Amino acid sequence: MADNQQNREKPILLRVDGLSKSFGGVHAVVGVSFELRRNELLGIIGPNGSGKTTLVNLITGFLRPDAGRVIYGGRDITGWMPYRIARLGIARTFQMVKPFPALPAFKNLVIPLFSPRVKSLAGGRYGDRDSVAKDLLEDVGFERESSVTYKAAGSLPHGYLKRLELAKCLALRADLIILDELFSGLSIAELAGIVPIIEKLMVEGKTVIMIEHRLRELFRIADRVVVLNFGRAIAEGKPAEVMEKDEVKKAYLGSEEEEG
Amino acid sequence: MQQTMPTAAGAAPARRRKERIDRGIKARSDDVFALTSYREMLYVAIPPAIPVVLLLVLPLILPIYWQKVLLSAAVFAVLAMSWDFLASVGMVSLGQALFFGVGAYVAGILDHYLGLPVWLSIPLGTLFGGLICTVLLLPVLRLRGIYFAMVTLVLPLMFERIIEATGLLGGTEGLTGLTSFPNPWIELYLIGTVVLLTLFGFRRLMTSDYGLVLKGIRDNDRSVMSAGLNIYWYKAQALFIGGAICAFCGAYMTHVQMFVGMPAFALDYSILPIATAVVGGMGTFAGSVLGAFLLVPLSEFLRGVGGWRTVLYALSLVGFIVLLPEGIFHYVRRKYHQFERWVGVEASS
Ligand SMILES: Nc1ncnc2c1ncn2[C@@H]1O[C@H](COP(=O)(O)OP(=O)(O)O)[C@@H](O)[C@H]1O
Ligand SMILES: [Mg+2]
Repeated sequence: MADNQQNREKPILLRVDGLSKSFGGVHAVVGVSFELRRNELLGIIGPNGSGKTTLVNLITGFLRPDAGRVIYGGRDITGWMPYRIARLGIARTFQMVKPFPALPAFKNLVIPLFSPRVKSLAGGRYGDRDSVAKDLLEDVGFERESSVTYKAAGSLPHGYLKRLELAKCLALRADLIILDELFSGLSIAELAGIVPIIEKLMVEGKTVIMIEHRLRELFRIADRVVVLNFGRAIAEGKPAEVMEKDEVKKAYLGSEEEEG
Repeated sequence: MQQTMPTAAGAAPARRRKERIDRGIKARSDDVFALTSYREMLYVAIPPAIPVVLLLVLPLILPIYWQKVLLSAAVFAVLAMSWDFLASVGMVSLGQALFFGVGAYVAGILDHYLGLPVWLSIPLGTLFGGLICTVLLLPVLRLRGIYFAMVTLVLPLMFERIIEATGLLGGTEGLTGLTSFPNPWIELYLIGTVVLLTLFGFRRLMTSDYGLVLKGIRDNDRSVMSAGLNIYWYKAQALFIGGAICAFCGAYMTHVQMFVGMPAFALDYSILPIATAVVGGMGTFAGSVLGAFLLVPLSEFLRGVGGWRTVLYALSLVGFIVLLPEGIFHYVRRKYHQFERWVGVEASS
């Protein structure tokens, strides 16, 4: 997935232009701008509280920006309702994984599979959601026909919950997938299972934004990285280059232990 | 993460606990084709047959007075199922009286001012009752939890005062001399049929994929929205469904009593269905029916004791909730599907 020159020629899928958001006196996101090309894997990093999740919420419509614009596929989607943005093909995971606890794991996917987007992509037919859901779970590493597939989602181990979140994005057949700290709390072994799934998404032509604290794992797959600090984008570039910049080193001083 | 703390259980004296075991048939009965014998089919068929048989037979054997109690229980069963349905979509309603009252008045108006027959005023009362309430509550659909509850609580009380103050729609007198049902059998079997349709309809709806979406809105509305589903549209649909069946009850009672007035917005219609659903067991609809057919007759029995009636009624509500906090239906269902035996508690468990 590493830096291939082709990315430069790919069309721009998402443009974030001067996004700002304050909560009372807290400037969570301040004039953040960046572009994302189709089939690019962009990492967004930054210390805790630097505004990463807020930025995701601004892009996906869960928050309304105070200023700035979000352009997706040439269309201004600033201030759209979250469900309309999702229908365009932007899927996201939540940092706080919160499944539908009483439902079996695979039934959790019935809800995204119920989406009008899935229906229209399938030519007006939904098909058998249960079996599609089980296939999707297999794609994210639930063992086929194992009991975890049928277990109430509320009782799944953390690693499986993270996979389930990822499967929800796959169910929506999104073009742009935004993963908010998908890797957090996962063991090295679990990561080894999830990273190939993301690499496969890139091969399939998807575009991915990853918010991450696990820098080592992120840098192995990211094409480009944006660094946030106190709501501002302080650096942008290839993973290795970005970490060399003084302001990034300074921002990360003291939060280094969160790596790996 | 590993459990490294030593547990105190090891030192505890030998104890015993109840072990609950699912009857094998329970697991198989989830799949109809796995049933092999008459016995097993009966096991699955009997529980849903109970309300059907009772609602068919009871009107034939009860004396007139208790027929009226049955009718009232049936109405509260439907109001409670509607409450349970709305609650399972995350809309806690403290104002079933709103839906009931609007349905009652729409039917009354159609009868009194337009002279429409019963077979038109009830369906129209149901439809427009549901629509009017949905439109009224649209602005508060975005409010969650207590805010939605407060608005639903206040609206029926407000309607009551408006009718009182303006004298519109018969004012404090209400609309009297409305058309009755052609005969008491139609009256009884109509509400009985509606109880069964609501019961089996809701149970089916909530296990469908559509129902999963509705329940998903309660559990995690952000997740549902990020799946491209407009939760406000789904909530509005649920509100219409839940509101319309209450409005049916209102329209129905208007013609049973041949009268509609301010009592149609009474707090009873808001509070009793909640007590009914909670005592009976939430989230099952069957619990609401069971609750109504226990609490409404109980309230009638207690008429005999005079002034202590409300106290005893309240005490028995508390008793039910303390003894069976899960709800009567959940308890009965568990007993039906499992057998229990005493086993010694292993030191390690
Ligand atoms: N809903 C909110 N209300 C008030 N403050 C918020 C809210 N969401 C985030 N913040 C604040 O905005 C800042 C950025 O938060 P966040 O975007 O969650 O950071 P990150 O995801 O990078 O850890 C923090 O100071 C946080 O306290
Ligand atoms: Mg965050």
